[in-house]
Amino acid sequence: MINLKIDGIQAEVQEGTTILEAARSVGIRIPTLCYLKEVNEIGSCRLCVVEVEGMDKLPTSCNTLVKEGMVVQTMSERVVEARKMVLDLLLSNHHRGCFYCPQNGSCELQDVCNEYGIEETSYLGTRKKIERPAKDSHPFLSYQPELCIHCQRCVNTCAKMTGRHAITLGKTGMFNIIEAPFGEDWDMTLCESCGNCAQACPTGAITEKRKKKYRTWETKKVRTTCPHCATGCQLDLIVKDNRIVDVEGADGPSNHGLLCVKGRSASFDFVDSPERIRYPLIKNKETGEFERATWDEALDLVAGKFTEIRNNYGGEALAGFACSRSTNEDVYMLQKMVRTAFQSNNTDNCARV
Amino acid sequence: MSKIFLADPKSCDVKIGRLLEKFETKVKVYPPGTCPLTVQLSLLTASKNQTCGKCVPCRDGLPQLETLLKSILEGDATMETLEHMRRLATMIRDTADCAIGYQSAIEVLQGLDTFREEYESHIKDHVCPGEMGQKVPCINLCPAHVDIPAYIALIGEEDYAGAINMIRKDNPLPTACAMICEHPCEQRCRRNLIDDSINIRGLKKYAVDQIAADKVAVPKANKSTGKKVAVIGGGPAGMTAAYFLGLMGHKVTIFERQKALGGMLRYGIPNYRFPKDRLDEDIRAILSAGDIEVKYEAKIGTEIPIEEIHKEYDAMFVAIGAQAGKRLRLEGSDAGNVESAVEMLDRIGNGNIPDYTGKNVVVIGGGNVAMDAARSAVRCNAEDVRIVYRRRQDDMTALDTEIESAVMEGIELLTLKSPKSIEKDAEGNCSALIVQPQMIGPYDRAGRPSPVDAKKDPERIPCEVILIAVGQDIVSRPFEEFGMEAERGVFKAGLDTAVENLPGVFVGGDCATGPATAIRAIAAGKVAAHNIDEYLGYHHKLNCEATVPSPKENNRIPTGRANITERPAYERKHDFEHVENPYTHEEAMQEAGRCLRCDHFGCGVLKGGRDE
Repeated sequence: MINLKIDGIQAEVQEGTTILEAARSVGIRIPTLCYLKEVNEIGSCRLCVVEVEGMDKLPTSCNTLVKEGMVVQTMSERVVEARKMVLDLLLSNHHRGCFYCPQNGSCELQDVCNEYGIEETSYLGTRKKIERPAKDSHPFLSYQPELCIHCQRCVNTCAKMTGRHAITLGKTGMFNIIEAPFGEDWDMTLCESCGNCAQACPTGAITEKRKKKYRTWETKKVRTTCPHCATGCQLDLIVKDNRIVDVEGADGPSNHGLLCVKGRSASFDFVDSPERIRYPLIKNKETGEFERATWDEALDLVAGKFTEIRNNYGGEALAGFACSRSTNEDVYMLQKMVRTAFQSNNTDNCARV
Repeated sequence: MSKIFLADPKSCDVKIGRLLEKFETKVKVYPPGTCPLTVQLSLLTASKNQTCGKCVPCRDGLPQLETLLKSILEGDATMETLEHMRRLATMIRDTADCAIGYQSAIEVLQGLDTFREEYESHIKDHVCPGEMGQKVPCINLCPAHVDIPAYIALIGEEDYAGAINMIRKDNPLPTACAMICEHPCEQRCRRNLIDDSINIRGLKKYAVDQIAADKVAVPKANKSTGKKVAVIGGGPAGMTAAYFLGLMGHKVTIFERQKALGGMLRYGIPNYRFPKDRLDEDIRAILSAGDIEVKYEAKIGTEIPIEEIHKEYDAMFVAIGAQAGKRLRLEGSDAGNVESAVEMLDRIGNGNIPDYTGKNVVVIGGGNVAMDAARSAVRCNAEDVRIVYRRRQDDMTALDTEIESAVMEGIELLTLKSPKSIEKDAEGNCSALIVQPQMIGPYDRAGRPSPVDAKKDPERIPCEVILIAVGQDIVSRPFEEFGMEAERGVFKAGLDTAVENLPGVFVGGDCATGPATAIRAIAAGKVAAHNIDEYLGYHHKLNCEATVPSPKENNRIPTGRANITERPAYERKHDFEHVENPYTHEEAMQEAGRCLRCDHFGCGVLKGGRDE
């Protein structure tokens, strides 16, 4: 174990712990922007700098390991001044149109700027001509370079977490840009539209397009399990006025915050779809139109038809196939019905993931 | 499918190499007289362009520092801009991840301190302070401001006498400088932008090899002013002052301690680097310039009181050099056969060549004097000669060419060995030098890495002769007693060589700078002569009997620099004859043809573009 002092508080942590984690373990919050544990520990934003006794520089707490006897100051005058200047510089190249930014209210840059009292930048941005135009052709995802702070959380999420390597660094040095695969050729790229990059983005640079339809503070989150495959990913449904407007990956044991394109973008639209059938319908043979019926009428009709087929042609003429989005209990009940009522062993479901 | 590849020889990293060499050269030849803030801006732009783009301070901070600095240069800044630059650079220094960021910020912070005056002047008055403005590089960097493009053009026209006269306008020792000048003029030669600097010393040597300096008449001296000037010391500073004062019409008396003129040119620099008969050519020419009298073996300050000279003469120029070899305080340094390199070279200069047959000689030191002593020892038939130096070869102050020549003559460099004590035999003569091995450590305040004791046992270097070449002292005591102020033996004087509070007393050369180069001493002699003339109430302008040829078009074809070759080491190390071979006519003409005539093309034609 390593003993160190952070803001006067004695901490005892495992060897190999970063200063940031050590501080968190004793309840001290150090602001971060580029840091994503085990995904992005490149120390690019320099916001998490701290002062360590005996060190000339201000090391980044996110990727500096603790040492025995370290004395750390997380809010000294030098540290606060450096953080303010980092934010001032970041803001110089960040388009401050928070009014229409989908991330307004849940933007990490906005939060930390508010915390440090940075409302305006003292500089004229230098990246305007370097950045490429916005990439907005993808059906779900959008990249706005004027909002990008080049933290590379998206790059490393795509490379290390989804394994796609679809988001890359373009050009070099001063002209360094993020190449997001959301342009006109989006369907020719490595991108699988999973949207984990948008969830990783601390600003509004990469967002799910639907995010423009709500403000974070208008919503509540409802934790649930993804209804698609059997992986059991945990997700939060984002609910506004009792309607599901979005989905966020939650930290579940099988998904660790990640989701695939189905979980994120294909699991809730139908809920409030006007085309959704909300009560039983029976087709009027004379008019050819569906007409509202009671559950008893509808079930009697279906049971009658199935019984007729079974009696005329035998159970082998029937089969039952369960949807993979059904619960285990529902799937069990379906096969039970097929075997006992249909008198057939022709039953299966489509859960293959 | 292959997954791993060799480096592509056509990659940009390979192709960029040549461009980077060009960049390096461009930086190396920054023209003298450039505004320091524009150099700082170039450095900052280079820093910015080296960022990888990862971290905020470097990627976004360096361009902002550049913008702030540009606003200062463009006259849009206030003193707050300066404070802003300092705060931003401090933040970048403290928070940048790698040296590309933090070292760039350190350079900006250092610049803000070093050039504080220049920054403030740009902000307040929108100009560089003082005398700023580009100059012809070679003329400006020659301490005596010799008109180099002019004499190279004269050599190109095969007018060697004209070239010698052109040199003499500012420097009456063309032969000495042809043989041993360290040629600071070549450092920022604009020809580097195309290929390499002009071999200026080589060309000067070709001129004096074609016609001896004493065969070219010096300009006619002015009519006598009746004023008497005493020059104490007949080295390069004293002889230069005497020459110009003589031409101006003053009566000059040189008081020389030795039996012949020349100072360190005769008694320090060995014959194989500068043959004494060639030195005599310069001296004969100098002594023909007006009314110059030399008093040999005149010991001023001991046998002749300084006050007496001061009273008797209208003005006095003190140019006594740095003649005494520094001592090393080592246990056993009183042993026999231990002497200072300066004394050994002085004896040889006086014709008294020691016989080191069968002896192992150790020279302590890493400067040019150490090389001279070691190479002379080889010529005194030593069995083995070794140079012991406490730093690395890279840190030696001797010219690289001198070190190379010494090594070629079989001298071994024992570096990172600090002398610890001298071992004596039964007769009290030295039998070995004991050294403590060193390791190189952090840089000292002067910007050189300092050696520290290595954890190794002391070593014994057997030897029968030890020559100490660790610097020279100035015999300043009698002059300090006379009233001349000195700091650690080095006389204090203004940039005009005048001694404060002692009207009519001027001082220059090694004794006012510490051991330095011949050309700096010559520059001091020239400055002193003109200021003594002013002091005596005159404003003489000296004629030059050569005119500057009109320039030819620049030769833009990259052509190698013709270096001077030396006689083979196996042959030259057995004698004291000159080691250098003369240029051929073709070599000299090609070399002269490479000169870009910066006195005509570019800033040289501007008012103030030429150092007068």
